[in-house]
Amino acid sequence: MKRSTRLIAAIGFALAAAPVFAQPIKIAGLVELSGTGATSGTNFDNGAKLAAKEINAAGGILGRQIDYTSGDTQSNPAVSKALAQKAIDDGAYVVMGPVFSGSILVSMEETRRAGVPNFTGGEAASITQKGNPYIFRTSFTQAAAMPKVARYIKNGLKAQSVDIMWVNNDFGKGGRDMIVKALAAEGVKVGADISTDPGQVDFSSAVLKAKQSGGDALFVYTNEEESARALRELRKQGYAKPIIGETTLTGQKVIELAGEAANGAIAHVGLTADAPIDTVRKFDKAFQQAYGTRSDHNGIKGYTAMYFIKVMTERIGKVDGKAFAAAMHGAKMTVKDNPGVLMDVTFDQHGDLDRESFLTKVVNGKQVVVETLPPLGAK
Amino acid sequence: MNARVHLLALAAALAALAIVALYLKRSEVYLLTLWAVYVMATMGLNLTAGYAGQMSLGQAAFFGIGAYLAAILLKLGWPFLAVLPVAALVCFVVGLALGFPALRVQHHYLAFATLGFNVLVYLAMRNEEQITGGTFGISGIPRPTFLGIDLGGHVAYWYWTLGSLVVLGGILWWLLRSPWGRAFAALRDNPIRAESLGVNITAYTLLAFAIGAAFAGVGGVYYASLVEFIEPGPFHFSTSLMMLLAVIVGGSGKFYGPALGTAIVILLPEFLRGSSTPWLKFMQVWYLAVFGIAVVALMIWLPGGLLSIRERLDRKGGPQ
Amino acid sequence: MNELIQLIVSGTATGAIYALAALGFTLLWQASGTINFAQGDFVMLPAFTMLFCMIAGAPLWLAFLATCVAAMLVLGVGFKKVIVDPLIRHGVIPLVIATLGVSMALKTIVRAGYSAEAHQFPAIFPAGQFTIAGVNVSWADLGTLVLAAVIVIALQTFVTRTLTGRAMQAVAQNTDAARVLGIDAKRMVLYTFLINAILAVVTALLITPTYLAKFDMGDSIGLKAFFAAIIGGFNQTRGALLGGVLIGVLENLVGFYWSPAYKEGVALMLFLVVILWRPEGLLGKVEERKV
Repeated sequence: MKRSTRLIAAIGFALAAAPVFAQPIKIAGLVELSGTGATSGTNFDNGAKLAAKEINAAGGILGRQIDYTSGDTQSNPAVSKALAQKAIDDGAYVVMGPVFSGSILVSMEETRRAGVPNFTGGEAASITQKGNPYIFRTSFTQAAAMPKVARYIKNGLKAQSVDIMWVNNDFGKGGRDMIVKALAAEGVKVGADISTDPGQVDFSSAVLKAKQSGGDALFVYTNEEESARALRELRKQGYAKPIIGETTLTGQKVIELAGEAANGAIAHVGLTADAPIDTVRKFDKAFQQAYGTRSDHNGIKGYTAMYFIKVMTERIGKVDGKAFAAAMHGAKMTVKDNPGVLMDVTFDQHGDLDRESFLTKVVNGKQVVVETLPPLGAK
Repeated sequence: MNARVHLLALAAALAALAIVALYLKRSEVYLLTLWAVYVMATMGLNLTAGYAGQMSLGQAAFFGIGAYLAAILLKLGWPFLAVLPVAALVCFVVGLALGFPALRVQHHYLAFATLGFNVLVYLAMRNEEQITGGTFGISGIPRPTFLGIDLGGHVAYWYWTLGSLVVLGGILWWLLRSPWGRAFAALRDNPIRAESLGVNITAYTLLAFAIGAAFAGVGGVYYASLVEFIEPGPFHFSTSLMMLLAVIVGGSGKFYGPALGTAIVILLPEFLRGSSTPWLKFMQVWYLAVFGIAVVALMIWLPGGLLSIRERLDRKGGPQ
Repeated sequence: MNELIQLIVSGTATGAIYALAALGFTLLWQASGTINFAQGDFVMLPAFTMLFCMIAGAPLWLAFLATCVAAMLVLGVGFKKVIVDPLIRHGVIPLVIATLGVSMALKTIVRAGYSAEAHQFPAIFPAGQFTIAGVNVSWADLGTLVLAAVIVIALQTFVTRTLTGRAMQAVAQNTDAARVLGIDAKRMVLYTFLINAILAVVTALLITPTYLAKFDMGDSIGLKAFFAAIIGGFNQTRGALLGGVLIGVLENLVGFYWSPAYKEGVALMLFLVVILWRPEGLLGKVEERKV
């Protein structure tokens, strides 16, 4: 090759490549920064921001920087839908969030129509049952988590009957339906079935109902603040039986709000900053350094989702939403690919994920992992 | 402003709204449509709050009733144009049933009764799962076709909504010009004189309230079809408050007051949210604080709302 | 039977807190014709002020006293001078709208300036409970009841036994007549606003340990106070007490015997029934419309 041609080729390459390298990859966050989902959304957003910062500092994705911007859904589905449209108008490569199941069920119709991959923090089973090829989870579904809880209630606590206190929103109702099913499969009787309001402040009659019912244990499935209020009321009324939850009950925010009343609560969690795993410890430290508080499970969801994007995009070798979505189904990502995914994880054809999970207990105001449970797929 | 200038200005504004949609992004057209839908409801509220001088704190409940009726009936395959009168009629009748006892007793009790009604309706939406889908809501609400034209696209639906808004505005205009409406204006200007002339204040107020409710019901139908998904959240009593504030800020009793007020309440915050200019970013977070303080200031210096500024200036200029 | 008594006791305790907030509501109405839609946020703001004082290192009692002073200045004098005085001559509706604006502004300021999350607030009464004749009563409920009762009795004594108190009553009943008698009506109205501010701080102290300090915590308590005041009778101080306790107890009974899902709803049903059947409230007097 002649020198001049080589030169022209080099210039041509530089010209062609320059805009690509210079242009950041747009990733849009639709998160609950206000309204009832503020705690979850803020954590999710912070996790995603932290991961984006780390990835950018380490050279970005395929040499391109991540441009992550987040919008506030106000925990409102109609606003989520508008924000999803805006993200697509702005040319987002991947959409992150929302966390609330009610919101994602609406906004994911927009990302689906546009063929943009969408990670969600939602845990309602129905999200991935609609045949949407662009939706991916960042945590367990209720359908996967509740059987683990029911098994523990039967074998770990040896409970014959259990009372259920749940919050009447899409999250709580979905979880309640799943746990009832899972308990029936284990042969555990359901005693009082107590519904509470989102944002409910006074739990006195709900707790009294649980006390009078006389089940061997109480399963509490509400959002963070309500969990804290319920725990406080349970303590106030001197409830002495085991209190079990799923994910939220032993979360950081709940412990902080419930104070001493949180001690003794047990919960199955898919993700926790207290997991006895090196990658998680490192994440925990970085998160605390960045935000001054510890991350809850939603922070880990946002953080790992950003790394899922990095790992998968580099695996397919291009920034292409449709190819990304196709490759995600059935994908396995390990800590060896990138420590940022924190734990080995597999995705199935619906967009559901599977990995290890933990049984935790609150001891002296701290969440402690008592047991590590294997992934469902690895029986 | 004389009638011809008025009509020309209105036509120009409508043409601008129609044309601009062709150049806007999908999400921006969605927001415009959302604005039009809310204006339908606030226009009705203006009848109650502005012309009849009654505070209604339950407009979102009627809006929600319309939306749920639409969701259920449209999914059953009813045509859109058949759903509209049903929603309007149901809200009208419910409005009469609620307003009659409340207005019978005392002046400001309509505000209390509507507030309670809104909270109850909201609870029913959330808890009566068989009918309303509970907190999961109702999804997959279809958009209409009109004369064989599919209105599913965002621009097409915007034209459909804008056209409907104009028709509704026309109906309201006609109502206010009718003998009934004139009696009404007399009532607003001087209730004691109107009463002595044989105008039945309670009957007129009640009718205004029920018609206002019907407008909200119609707005709800458009809302359900626009978002294609409904759940109880948007029909919370706080939406009623925002609607009332929109009417008051725009100018209660002014025909275009709701359109202006709704733009300030619905469009402005969305515009701020999309901006990246530093001071506008600051406003995103503080918007409602500034808005709240602005409402207080407005009540102190311009209780008639923004559109009353001209009269206010005239009055200042003239002898007091 | 025991559970019924238990429900009534704890319902009365919750209701007593509603009653305190409702009391301020009716006092303002009687003295100045103000319907304050920001009443709930008047409870939220002191909760955060106390929280700030405690973060700064003050013990709870000092935080409470400091907040009382601040509340009297801002929610008492400030509210009256800046918002009520210039607006009251426009009539009830502009004032109501303005308080809605205040409510919105206060919530947003706390949310944007501090945080949208809930914050823990120390309980002033010990946890746990004791048993009396087979009925479990929690210390917190008992403490709340005693404190609320002390405040109500103190207020009642002040109003009926002192010269200032009687003058306030006179102004509330008939401002013009009171003025003729040489009472400084303006000053009396100001006192009412100060009392309302202190009641808000006490309500915050009692309710925040359960509600948690959050920017929108006032929505619920404000609405309850509003309902309680109307149910009992907007123009009667005793009415607010009855309304508050009635709501608290009924909520508990419905939540237990029927469904917690409609707990909020039944207070509203009661409210709707009352305004239809006895619009002046259970204990209220029929009021001549002021033109």
